[in-house]
This record gives sequence, C-alpha cells and structure tokens, in this order.
Amino acid sequence: MILLLQYMIIFAAVLMLVAIGGCFSEHSGVINIGLEGIMVLGALGGALVLKFYPEDGNAFGLITLTILAAVVFGMIYSLLLAVACVNFKADQTIVGTAMNMLGTAAATVIVKAMNTAMNPDNVSSTIQYINTKKAFLKNIGGFEFNWFMLITLVLVVISYVVMYKTRFGLRLMACGEHPQAADSVGISVYKMRYAGVIISGFLAGLGGIVYITSGVSEWKFENGVAGFGFLAMAVMIFGQWKPHRIAVSALLFGLFRALSNVYMGFDFLKSLNIPSGIYNMLPYIICLVVLAFTSKHSRAPKAEGIPYDKGQR
Amino acid sequence: MDAPYAIEMLNITKKFPGIIANDNITLQLRKGEIHALLGENGAGKSTLMSVLFGLYQPEEGQIKKDGKVVDIKNPNDANALGIGMVHQHFKLVECFTVLDNIILGVETTKNGILQKDEARKKVLALSEKYGLAVNPDAIIEDITVGMQQRTEILKMLYRDNEILIFDEPTAVLTPQEIDELMAIMKNLAAEGKSILFISHKLNEIMEVADRVSVLRKGKYIGTVDVEGTTKEDLSRMMVGRDVDFVVQKQPRTPGEEILKVENLTVASKIHKNNAVKNVSFNVRKGEIVCIAGIDGNGQTELVYALSGLEPAAGGKISLLGKDITNTSIRDRSVMGMSHIPEDRHKHGLVLDYSLEYNMVLQRYFEPEFTKNGFLDKPAIRKYAERLIEEYDVRSGQGPITRARSMSGGNQQKAIVAREIDKEPELLIAVQPTRGLDVGAIENIHRQLVAQRDKDKAVLLVSLELEEVMSVPDRILVMYEGEIVGELDPKTTTVEELGLYMAGAKRQ
Repeated sequence: MILLLQYMIIFAAVLMLVAIGGCFSEHSGVINIGLEGIMVLGALGGALVLKFYPEDGNAFGLITLTILAAVVFGMIYSLLLAVACVNFKADQTIVGTAMNMLGTAAATVIVKAMNTAMNPDNVSSTIQYINTKKAFLKNIGGFEFNWFMLITLVLVVISYVVMYKTRFGLRLMACGEHPQAADSVGISVYKMRYAGVIISGFLAGLGGIVYITSGVSEWKFENGVAGFGFLAMAVMIFGQWKPHRIAVSALLFGLFRALSNVYMGFDFLKSLNIPSGIYNMLPYIICLVVLAFTSKHSRAPKAEGIPYDKGQR
Repeated sequence: MDAPYAIEMLNITKKFPGIIANDNITLQLRKGEIHALLGENGAGKSTLMSVLFGLYQPEEGQIKKDGKVVDIKNPNDANALGIGMVHQHFKLVECFTVLDNIILGVETTKNGILQKDEARKKVLALSEKYGLAVNPDAIIEDITVGMQQRTEILKMLYRDNEILIFDEPTAVLTPQEIDELMAIMKNLAAEGKSILFISHKLNEIMEVADRVSVLRKGKYIGTVDVEGTTKEDLSRMMVGRDVDFVVQKQPRTPGEEILKVENLTVASKIHKNNAVKNVSFNVRKGEIVCIAGIDGNGQTELVYALSGLEPAAGGKISLLGKDITNTSIRDRSVMGMSHIPEDRHKHGLVLDYSLEYNMVLQRYFEPEFTKNGFLDKPAIRKYAERLIEEYDVRSGQGPITRARSMSGGNQQKAIVAREIDKEPELLIAVQPTRGLDVGAIENIHRQLVAQRDKDKAVLLVSLELEEVMSVPDRILVMYEGEIVGELDPKTTTVEELGLYMAGAKRQ
C-alpha cells in the first residue's frame, strides 16, 4: 500500500510538472505538443550530471546541479518552439511533433556516442545512476520520500500564485485568449509567448529527470519518455488548464500508472490474473476514455495555436 | 472664444497596398467637444483613428497634442498622451472579469502580487460618476454587449485618458443602449473629456456631436458645426451626391405564391420552449414581405429553418409548390432561394478566402465555373470582376482580396451582389443594411425593390423601424415566436407597429 502511494505521488509529480508546463505555454497562446521531446532533453541533462557527479560528493550540490541541468536543457530546447512559432509563425503542431522526434533521436545519438567513446564495446543508449540517485531519496518509515515530491509541491503552489495572483499571469492569459486586446493595452504578445514557452521548457525538463529517476536506476534513451509528455497533455486538458485542477487529475492518472508497477503486491489484483500489459496500458486507456467524455466541456485558451499577427483584424 | 485644440492631426497620409486609405487628412479636436468623424464604409475613418492610436504609422503628416508635435509609435505612446479608444470590435478578454479587463496593462502590484482592492474602488467611483453601471466581478462573456462597451469606456477612464475615441460604438447596440450611450458621451464631454465619435449614422451625429468632419474615399471633405447643418447636407458631403431617404416604388399586384409556410415550429437553442411557434404565412411574386419585431423574438430561428441552417421541429415549408422542409441547403439554393444572412461573418463569407471565391461559394460546381472537373479560375475571376464593378464592392486588391481584410460594408455588398446575381425566385434578406451607411442602405433598398419589380419574391427581416415602414408591401410582426399581426405599411403608423412589436396588441 505504501509502495502504491509512493509510486502514485512520484508519477503524479511528473505529470503535474509537465502538465503545468504545458498550461503556461498554452495560456500564452502556443500549443506545446513538444512536451515529450522537452522531457527527454531535460532527462538527458539531469542524467549526465547523475552519471558524472563524484559519488562521494555533496548531496545538496548533486541535487541542485541535476535540477539545474534538467531545466536548462529543457528551456534551451523549448526555445526552438518559441523561435519557430512566435518569430516565424510556423505551425505549432508540426513544430511540436518534430521536436518530439528530434528529442528522442538526439538524446539517443548523444548517449550512444558517449558510451562508445568510453568503451568501444558499449553501443547501448543507457545511462546508469544507481548510486547518485540515492541522494534524492530518504526513507521515512518504509515510505521512500523523494525530494522531487517536495519540489513539485512547491512549484505547483508557485505556479498557481503566478498564474492567478500576479501581473505576469494576468498578462500571460490575456495573450492566450485575445492577443489583440493584450496588444492594444501595450503588452508585448511576442515576449509573453516566449515567456510561456520557456516556462514550459523549465517545468517539462524538470519533469523529464523526475520521470527517469522515479522507478528505475538506469534509463535507455531510445525509449524517450514513453508517451508521458502526451499523458501530461491529457492531464492538462482534464485539469481544464488550471494548475490546481491539474494537480488533482495528475494524482488520478498517477494512481493508474503506479498500479502497473505494484499490482503484484496486492493479492486481490494478483488473483484476478490479468496480464501485466493491461496494467501498463491502463493510464493511456483511461486517458482516451476521459478525454472522449470531457473534451466537450473543455475550454482551451481561445487564441492558442494561432500565430499572432499585428495586422489582422 | 473657442476652446483650444486638444489633438490635431495635420495632413495625414497613410497608404496600403493598392489603396490610399488616408490622403492628406486634417482633423482638429477641441477640448471638451464631441467631434464626429463621418464617412461611408471604407472612407478611411478607422485607419485615421488607428494612426492616432499608434497602430499604424502614417507616411506623411504630423500629430500635435496641446499644440506640441508628438510621435505616436504604439498604443503605449497613445496611452501615455491620454488617448484611449473603444474599438469597433471590443478588445476584451472574454473569460476575465470586468475588473481584470480594466486593469490589464496598468496593474498595481505589491511584492509582485496583484492589488485589486484599490482598482475596484476606483472603478466603482468612476462608474458612479459617469453613470456607467457595471459589476466589476462579472465575467465578460456573461454580460450584455452594452455592458461590455461600458467596460471599454471604463478602461479608458481608469487610465485617466483625456481624449476618447469611439469607433462606431452604436453598431452593436440596441436602441435603448444607444440612448444610454449618447447620455454617457454628453456626460463625459461635460466633465471636460474630448471625444472623437466615428459614425455613419446621421441621426446620432445630429443628436450628440458639436462638430463634424467628413471623409470620402480617403479624402478630407470638410468640417462643419452640427448646429446650422442638416442631415441632407451631411449625407451630400459624405456620399458626394443627394441621397434619397424615401424608398421609391410603384404599387404592384402580387402574383402567385412562391414561399408557403404552414404551421412551422422551430426549437430554440437557448431555452426549452420553441423559438418559432406554429407560424403560417406566404410570400408571393412581386412583393416584399417584412418580418418585423424586436430582436430575439424568433426571427433568427425562423430564417434558419427557411434557409435550412437548422431543421424544423414541425410544419411544412414549400418553395414554388415543392415541399422543401427537409431538403439540403444546396438544393434550396439551386431551386432558387437566396439568403443574405444575419451574421455575415458566420454564414455569409469564408473570411480567409479571396473575394472571388466567396462570390462563387454556392455556384462553383456549376458548368459555368468548372472545366473538366476543376475550377475554371479565369471564369471565376471574370465573374467576380463583373460583380465588383456592378455592385461597387470596394477592396484593396480586387478579386484576390481576402474577405477578412475588407470593411464591413463592403463585405455586405459582396454578399448582396452574390445573392442577387443568382437571380433567385425568393430572396431572404436578414437585416441587410445593418452597419451600413446611408448611401449603401439606399442602394440595397433599391436592389430589393428591383427584385420585387422583376416579379421575384422578397422576404425581409428587419429590426429598423424606418426600414420596416418604408420598404415592404406587407408587414408581419413577430412576438415571442408567433406572428401576432399583419399590417399594411401604407395605412399603419409607427406607434401601432410598436404596440404589436411589444406584444401589447395582436390580431
């Protein structure tokens, strides 16, 4: 039971971070399909720190550096979306899709090249971080607390405050709803959209490293992040583009994802004798069902996906 | 002694690809006056105001504020000079509250957190002072258009703007809301604000403005005091010729029945009751029948059912003796029904298509416009050019202009041209003159009468009393989804018509 809770929270944390990232981008008016790709790059950044940080080094330094690397990788990669879609008015869906393909491919190439350089016989795209990963964990009475859980909680609260209580949030949402209105009161739509996209890069990058350290001690980058970026988008839609609702729906999806890791621990579920593949599929199936029934009432930011053009009426 | 000028726009010239929108225009606004800017659709009024507001940069000319030359590069500069604008299409974020919309761009914060209490107090004080009733916490999409407009006005006042621009503010309002707006504007001017009022509605200008400047086809015609001028003078300045305010038509005897509606019932999308209840009437050859009534009494739904945009819940519609209750929109169109829709952006045009494609929207499949299964572009181009010429549709680049970039009046002219040129047996025209200037209105009325004189049937739906009284041969008044009276415009009075429209009288 504790194990289930533990996995649920850590998977939910990933979804929260990435979904809220997407939420910032969409509220600024840019659809970020590329979350998946940004996660992979963030994960790569974090994993590199985990791999090369001295094992006897300071834990605080390790955590800080890992996070820093993940968010910087995420933000830099997200700039691609911002430049293409804000400056060059490219189609946001296509750029995002391209980013997803590029993300996994680039990470695989980089890791393989690195592995081969260090050991010519090693052609895998796997990075191991068994020992350094331990710095993030703290065992509290059987519950394996992960510092990322706390960090996520803090970021969710900050996101909520930023979005609803600050000048920046108000202006950001105005740009995603009615950019002409924002422009007419002197808000730079381009700058706000850059900000939205870069924040999504920050959060999705962080989400990436949390995801690959959540259950395992090594990561094969060929796998990307297994559709978690898309799952996060579903969470974002289910959460109606609102950070607090996203947090709740992330917990729900996190629960189903966690089930696939720990269902063997429940005698009841074990006795049902359902193949493990079903449990693995569960979050994605739930996602389809939920979206099919709730999309009718969902209210996306009105101007998302439309490049802002000053001259258009 | 006249008040000094608050804003002067001197010799402004602004060009767009293919068109000179403003050609050497001078406009001088005195402190505390209401100055109307009058011109036809596409005369360059909105462009001139956009220049003043910093949305466009003029090629030539200068702007002076209180006698000093200023440089307005963007809306921020305009705002800093105290210039505010209520745009024709409101610039409001629909899912925000009234208050959030007002403070957007000039928010007060403390430690990075928004402070709305002060703002709320200021907004309430302003709304009290100028009689602008709004609820600061209401969401924009839930409130009426009139309230949205008051929000826009409050937006300007909140920024302490001294020069207020109203870009065709009455186009979207009900008559009552227009009266309220006129009172508000007078109030604002009395408090020392200088107002620029862009309009092509002569009655409103005569009522509220002190002076009028007239533009025609991008050129400056002149400035006159409202006192000492007449509607006729103004319309002559605006259109460049005498305008006939009376619709000329000869009496005619209607022929056989074209449209027959029997016990038609249409469900409402907004509430559970039916929007149209058991309505029967007919339209015959050579007559104009007008459906009159206050907005929202089922006219829209009635037309949706007739045109096929929505299914009928019961009853029967016949066109030329054939039952069309369940036929498709295209079949109705091919059978000889034309429709000038109420919402020209939603049902009239594909805004991102070129003008020429819009002209053949219902006819692209006809042999005239196809060649071996493909669109015959030269034929379409030729056809569009003819319509543009005949119906005086003005646009930046002719047939290849994107419909979205055209002015509202010219979009409407394009639709009217397309629908009438099909030579329909039945023409359904829903508020065909909404948002148009006197010259264009006169033109459209003449077209409707011409259809009638060609022995076609015309069904007009109108909210404008003047139009209801002058254009049709028969008036049907709708009230709460029913036809409550049939009147003869020659013998009835506006007062009697009003009683039927308000539901106080029925036959």
